[in-house]
Amino acid sequence: MSAAPPPAAGRIEIAGAAIRLGTGAAAFEVVRDIDLAIAPRQFVCLLGPSGCGKSTLLGALAGHLGLARGSLALDGRPVAGPHPERGIVFQHHTLLPWRRVIDNVAFGPKMRGVPRAERLARARDFLALVGLADFAERYPSELSGGMQQRVEIARVLINRPRVLLMDEPFGALDAQTRLMMQELLLDIWTRLPTTVVFVTHDIDEALFLGDRVLVMSARPGRILEDIPLAFPRPRGRDLVTAPDFVALKRRCLDLLRPHDGQPSLPRLTPLGLPLPGAA
Amino acid sequence: MSAGALEAPGATLAARPDAKERRRDGRDGHARLPLRRLAIRAGALGLGLLAWHLAASQKVDLGLVTFGNVPAPAEVARAAWSLAQSPKLGAHVGASLARVLGGFLGALALGIALGLSIGRSRLAGDLLLPPLEVLRPIPAVAWIPLAILMFPSSEASMVFITFTGALFPILLNTVHGAEAASPRLVASARSLGAGRAAILREVVIPAALPSIVTGAAIGMGTAWFCLVTAEMISGQYGIGYFTWESYTLQNYDDIVVGMLLIGLLGMGSSVAVRALGRLAMPWTRGGRA
Repeated sequence: MSAAPPPAAGRIEIAGAAIRLGTGAAAFEVVRDIDLAIAPRQFVCLLGPSGCGKSTLLGALAGHLGLARGSLALDGRPVAGPHPERGIVFQHHTLLPWRRVIDNVAFGPKMRGVPRAERLARARDFLALVGLADFAERYPSELSGGMQQRVEIARVLINRPRVLLMDEPFGALDAQTRLMMQELLLDIWTRLPTTVVFVTHDIDEALFLGDRVLVMSARPGRILEDIPLAFPRPRGRDLVTAPDFVALKRRCLDLLRPHDGQPSLPRLTPLGLPLPGAA
Repeated sequence: MSAGALEAPGATLAARPDAKERRRDGRDGHARLPLRRLAIRAGALGLGLLAWHLAASQKVDLGLVTFGNVPAPAEVARAAWSLAQSPKLGAHVGASLARVLGGFLGALALGIALGLSIGRSRLAGDLLLPPLEVLRPIPAVAWIPLAILMFPSSEASMVFITFTGALFPILLNTVHGAEAASPRLVASARSLGAGRAAILREVVIPAALPSIVTGAAIGMGTAWFCLVTAEMISGQYGIGYFTWESYTLQNYDDIVVGMLLIGLLGMGSSVAVRALGRLAMPWTRGGRA
């Protein structure tokens, strides 16, 4: 991995941002009045109820959705469209089914025109980083859900992004795999520090992973509270039963408690409204 | 965290049933039918042959339809044998294969190109679909006069008529496949740095490939379907010409020989198209049933 230069900064600045989805009379504001600064290499978790617009905000950071108002910049440059410097991992993997695992990981370098031998060697390094060196020649459909997400992470990190955007990446995995993936992610992040914005509705997950948790309100989503997390790293599983952790968890639970008569909303995606009939 | 913890997930998951093994099983299951089912299928062909023999030899007359002038299997077999001995067989089959293949390959190239543009661009769809929908219901036989007027040689006209037969199944299946390319895969490829051309090459075309192969297999069949029509123009060779000529000469045995030959060649080439398609899509042979 010494071949790739370490990513430059990775400072995110959002000011007065609002995002609208839908068209015509059906259009509505998903998030509004978002003011936020994220320091380089900070691990930030966005926590909120389903449909609150946290994934929508992530989609805007990735450049897949535009802002209705306000501004959004990475290292001083406005975000305009998707770019490998802002890598995104979705809840369900988006590996190309027709490419072997190794070719999926080498996809970004291929798009940059890196010669085949070089990009495959680099892809092997990143597969080893996520513990899947032995699965290089398989097709994605031959892997388990957790392994597919690990390949997805390797495929994004090989581009050495300044920002890693994750949309409930472990939300579809079973509980045990999920815990394992959280530890793996922290381990990788320690080795290749980047700014991480991690969307989740799992309080334990947010508190275990983050340097900072942003709790969002129900739609239209706003940031209710900005909670710094000072738990020392490296973090172990014992943390989740520590008194400080439990106290913060109670605070998050109170913030997220649904108000009376508040309907639970369908999940939004970083690509906008869920498509009818789409999985 | 230690390196050991990194290894652990891979190790536990490697204990799952070996995916390669599953793949091999899958392929075997596809290729080799159990003996009993093979026997049933062979028996069905035999029964069909027997029914034909009885109907033709007894000159069954059902009023609405009569088998009085239909040649019996034995007569057809005799006619087939004499055709097989004749040096003309190779010329007939060769001429037909060249025409069908020419029309098919032309339809494949144009059908995929148009299908991808229609599937990926609303403007291309609005521009191309209305005229294509008007042309689509026109049967091959209706094209004969124009084909003769439009093309310099009768050979080119015949290739064109098989082309019209193959084009629409390929085109419509390609449109369907290109539209089905997942917006999630497209978005994620864009985030990884793919531009428009790369999205088409790396995402849209592979995603559409199963549909394209299905369209090609159907198109291959319809190209053979149009062969007799096409070879009505022919002055000399071709299975379709042979069949049509046998009718005008009242060689009823040879008509059936020609019909069966077209059926077999059409079936064989559709199977070949599907086999080539499977070779081109190794990822569909995996565990993802």
